[in-house]
Amino acid sequence: MTQTHPFVEIRHAQKSYGKLEVLKDISLSVERGQIVAIIGPSGSGKSTLLRAINDLDPLTSGEVWLDGLQVNKSLPHRQYENHINEMRQQIGMVFQHFNLFPHLTVRENVTMAPKLLKKISDKEADALAEEQLDHVGMLERIDYYPSQLSGGQKQRVAIARALAMKPKLMLFDEATSALDPELVEEVNLVMKKLAEEHMTMIIVTHEMDFAASVCDRVIFMDKGLVVEEGPPELVFKNPTQERTQVFLRKHLEGAK
Amino acid sequence: MGLDFSVIPPFYGTLALGVLWTIAITAASAVLSFFGGILLAVVALYGPLVVRLPFRFVAWLFMGTPLLLQLFLIYFGLAQIGVDLPAFVAGVIGLGFHYAVYNSELIQTAMVAVDKGQMEAARTLGLSRRQALMRVIVPQAVRDVLPPIGNNMIALLKDSALVSVIGVSELTLSAQLAIGRTYRPFEFYAAAAVLYYVINLGMEAVLRGFEKRNRLSR
Ligand SMILES: Nc1ncnc2c1ncn2[C@@H]1O[C@H](COP(=O)(O)OP(=O)(O)OP(=O)(O)O)[C@@H](O)[C@H]1O
Ligand SMILES: [Mg+2]
Repeated sequence: MTQTHPFVEIRHAQKSYGKLEVLKDISLSVERGQIVAIIGPSGSGKSTLLRAINDLDPLTSGEVWLDGLQVNKSLPHRQYENHINEMRQQIGMVFQHFNLFPHLTVRENVTMAPKLLKKISDKEADALAEEQLDHVGMLERIDYYPSQLSGGQKQRVAIARALAMKPKLMLFDEATSALDPELVEEVNLVMKKLAEEHMTMIIVTHEMDFAASVCDRVIFMDKGLVVEEGPPELVFKNPTQERTQVFLRKHLEGAK
Repeated sequence: MGLDFSVIPPFYGTLALGVLWTIAITAASAVLSFFGGILLAVVALYGPLVVRLPFRFVAWLFMGTPLLLQLFLIYFGLAQIGVDLPAFVAGVIGLGFHYAVYNSELIQTAMVAVDKGQMEAARTLGLSRRQALMRVIVPQAVRDVLPPIGNNMIALLKDSALVSVIGVSELTLSAQLAIGRTYRPFEFYAAAAVLYYVINLGMEAVLRGFEKRNRLSR
């Protein structure tokens, strides 16, 4: 019997910190090339869910699957380490605070992991860095250090660094929340470009307009539960759940 | 007896050789203390408990006892149980490990202070923990404590005089040799002091060079 899996599948994800249940039985799936936004109030578990996908914050119970392989497969410690390192190479992640490596140049930030893990030559690495940095419009800064870049530029380099591993899936955790307002757009543009190239993406965001314009589906989370999900037109314009309505109303007021 | 510095020139060769040995033993011990310090720091923070505890104990021994005694123990003590090390090697081991322990304390503190997002970013790319430590955490920690490590290196240079007692003919022992022949302690100890000072200046210049190279990368 062959069973077709969704490209990304989360099954009954549950996560507790001590007595605090942060994720309560969440299941969701994402098709190849789909772009999903996760929205919700602070503390609702958005980051925790996202970070469970690459096992940065392991689930208490539940399964995460990517392209037919279980990410959080239970294996003996040593084997698991190898397995998860390989899975993570296929899952790019972009953080709110960039987390570029400050002791390395932009070029080295992009090439370190591919050189180390894919054993590519220096020449191939340089070509890769140039390609990826060109893609995010950062080629001119290839030999700068992160400390010499603006926030928006740092985030674009961080995206290039993740893309250099040729991931199948990209995770964004509030990629623009730490940026000055005038720098948000340049990062959003890069993400839109990825969307046009049909990169599969899961995006935690507080920017409803951006979510509405690039995402195929919006997931509203509250208190560790998926309260509502659907296409952006529906979730943003005609939310069926009261909690979604309250959140969106508050958010609109906050944005003004 | 007045001062007469004209006694020095005939011993230029002796003193020059002393300077070379001092530089050699300092450089070798500095390299050992640097990489040993990194290794000790990583093991102290991330090693398995069975390794961590003995390491802690040895570190405590090196920090809690006089360096002079450690040198005697490594050179004379080990010889007695059949481990006959050349004086130079014994000196490098003693000085190197002694300062490795101090460097490791600095590096550990700095490693803990590296933003935890750095480890997360590295692991997210697929690096193993060891790769992340060696490529991301340790370089940043070392960069952050380069000035105090530099101070340790200067202290190491000065403590290298101690290896004269196990017979390494470095600068202090060379001066003593010349004094034995001339009975002119003031002139030769003063000459040695000046030479230490000059080596010190050279070393500080090298350290400043390293620190400058690091300026942008933070
Ligand atoms: N390491 C931890 N230990 C204990 N509790 C934690 C830990 N990490 C997160 N939490 C808790 O889990 C809950 C969900 O956190 P999470 O960061 O996933 O929320 P979020 O939806 O991303 O919020 P925000 O919009 O503020 O980023 C919060 O109540 C938080 O305090
Ligand atoms: Mg969050």
